[in-house]
Amino acid sequence: MTKTSSSRRSADDRLFRLGTGFFALLVVLLVAGIFYELFNHSRLSIAKFGFHFWRTTTWDPVAGQFGALPFIWGTLYSSFLALLISTPIALGIAIFLSELAPRALRTPLAFLTELLAAIPSIVYGLWGIFVLVPMVRQLEVHTPGWLKKIPLFSGPPLGVGMLSAGLILAVMVIPFTSSVAREVLRAVPSTQREAAYALGATRWEAIQAALRFGRTGIMGAIILGLGRAIGETMAVTMVIGNNPKISVSLYAAQHTMAAAIANEFTEADTDLYLSALIEIGLVLFVITLIVNALSRLLIWSVSREITAKARKPTVAETLPEPAA
Amino acid sequence: MRTVRFAALVLAALSLAATPARAQKIQINGAGATFPYPIYSKWFSEYNKLHPDVEINYQSIGSGGGIRQLTNQTVFFGATDGPMTEEQLQAAPGRILHFPTVLGGDVPVYNIPGVDAELKFTGKVLADIFLGKIAKWNDAAITSLNPGVKLPGLDITVCHRSDGSGTTYIWVDFLSKVSQEWKQKAGVATSVNWPVGIGGKGNEGVAGLVKQTPGSIGYVELVYALQNKIEYGSVQDMAGEFLRCSVDSVTAAAAAAAKVMPKDFRVSITNAPGKGVYPISSFTWLLLYESPKDKQRAKIVADFMKWALTDGQKYAKDLGYAPLPESVVALEMEALKRIKI
Repeated sequence: MTKTSSSRRSADDRLFRLGTGFFALLVVLLVAGIFYELFNHSRLSIAKFGFHFWRTTTWDPVAGQFGALPFIWGTLYSSFLALLISTPIALGIAIFLSELAPRALRTPLAFLTELLAAIPSIVYGLWGIFVLVPMVRQLEVHTPGWLKKIPLFSGPPLGVGMLSAGLILAVMVIPFTSSVAREVLRAVPSTQREAAYALGATRWEAIQAALRFGRTGIMGAIILGLGRAIGETMAVTMVIGNNPKISVSLYAAQHTMAAAIANEFTEADTDLYLSALIEIGLVLFVITLIVNALSRLLIWSVSREITAKARKPTVAETLPEPAA
Repeated sequence: MRTVRFAALVLAALSLAATPARAQKIQINGAGATFPYPIYSKWFSEYNKLHPDVEINYQSIGSGGGIRQLTNQTVFFGATDGPMTEEQLQAAPGRILHFPTVLGGDVPVYNIPGVDAELKFTGKVLADIFLGKIAKWNDAAITSLNPGVKLPGLDITVCHRSDGSGTTYIWVDFLSKVSQEWKQKAGVATSVNWPVGIGGKGNEGVAGLVKQTPGSIGYVELVYALQNKIEYGSVQDMAGEFLRCSVDSVTAAAAAAAKVMPKDFRVSITNAPGKGVYPISSFTWLLLYESPKDKQRAKIVADFMKWALTDGQKYAKDLGYAPLPESVVALEMEALKRIKI
């Protein structure tokens, strides 16, 4: 190798590093820019309501009183409800497709689940209004009286409400979670499974070993779904009932942050109203950041545990621990 | 590679050649209310047929957005479903004039299993339903208005708009005129703090909720109810009669208001007095600066307005809007002269 070519190579390397570094920086700048803009345009509302904005429940454009708590509550409630419903189903799909399904079935089934992600959310919303909501209403109508006494199932049978929103979000989230989880499971080295079988593990135990091996990735898949659920707007607003009142009931009509912005932005006629809506955007931004940071921490703590174990790698440790 | 370069050259040459031709076409931009969008786009395309050199673009971004863009002078004209407030007028860099263009009305729609009859409502009853004070369909206040109709003891579910809307503005404007309590508790705006009920996005959202929820009541734009053949109830007018909303009874409301029309046309015509006057009606307005900087465009827009107020009115009925009464058109023709062109 001549000297010139090696120096040119290092110059190329530097250029490449600078180039990619610039693109990476661009993302950071973009996020900072969004934060700045949101903050800047919500100043009026921040100055007027301060921290009260986060914890008051009145949303009255006529009186100029704005509190975002019902929207924050609705967003978190619907997203975690969706996660609760979608995670077991998505993981089931992922396990079946990567471990159990006959080879001929894998590709078409994977394709079909991923197709769910390609459906526009407005179509989900329409399906929600015409198919899901009437079904949920029937469920609500036929809820036995003793169950309705529990706050979680109280309220009139409207059909629209938190349950419908959670269900529709779950359907929308499943393809994201399942396809990432499937990739993660496929990336688990086959030696892991083979070693498990060699130790006399059953098929279920071998799958458990694979799940444990890929748990950071699977957690990442779930968090990707959460991100999708928190930001979803159209489909949710069409089935949630858009009522900014806090309730623990699954049957109650509620509201979310994204839905409020989409619904009210165009007709927000006073500066304060507009500013309050933009502050909801800011709150949504901050909450997304917090949720993502927390989940990142969770992944870190799990992966550190794994690397700590990996120092003395034994196959036995990737096997499920005996039931305590 | 060569062909690509050649194609690029051709494109560049074409765009250069096209520029002078396009420069002769005058484009005028407006933005605002969504409610009059169908008739406005009809008008702009018809006007364009008469004057091929004029192209008027209208973005239906909502009344609030239209007012903001007009105030910032990013559009030449605005449009709104609720008249601008004193505060908003003060914030604008110049004097803004309101011009009513067409009218719309709101109708109550409901879904009560087993009831096909056309229900009658008074303003007071509607207000009490929307306040949550009347919670069952067999409440004496409703049954006494509708003798002969067997109403079930079903819970009433109120359905309202979740998005800010001129339709809501008309509805709550009417409710606050008939109910002091509504005025104090909720008030008048394009979106309010609803005491009860669930929200649907758009007329179609409310209609969908009502259609699917047994025992529900909501309100939609007359245009929407007519086009989708939705049955609706009648409302008591100021003369004490129960009136089904129609294009004619809405126009009658404007005619009734013409006698006491303020100079700036910023008037609410809900609950207007007189016989055969539908009480839940309103104008929708086009907004123009009194002394616009761009005189050429001002001239065109003034001419367009004259056309829309006269010849243009014939398109209103087919699209479900109520045309302006002669008396209001005459007043507006006079007012158009105030625009300094």
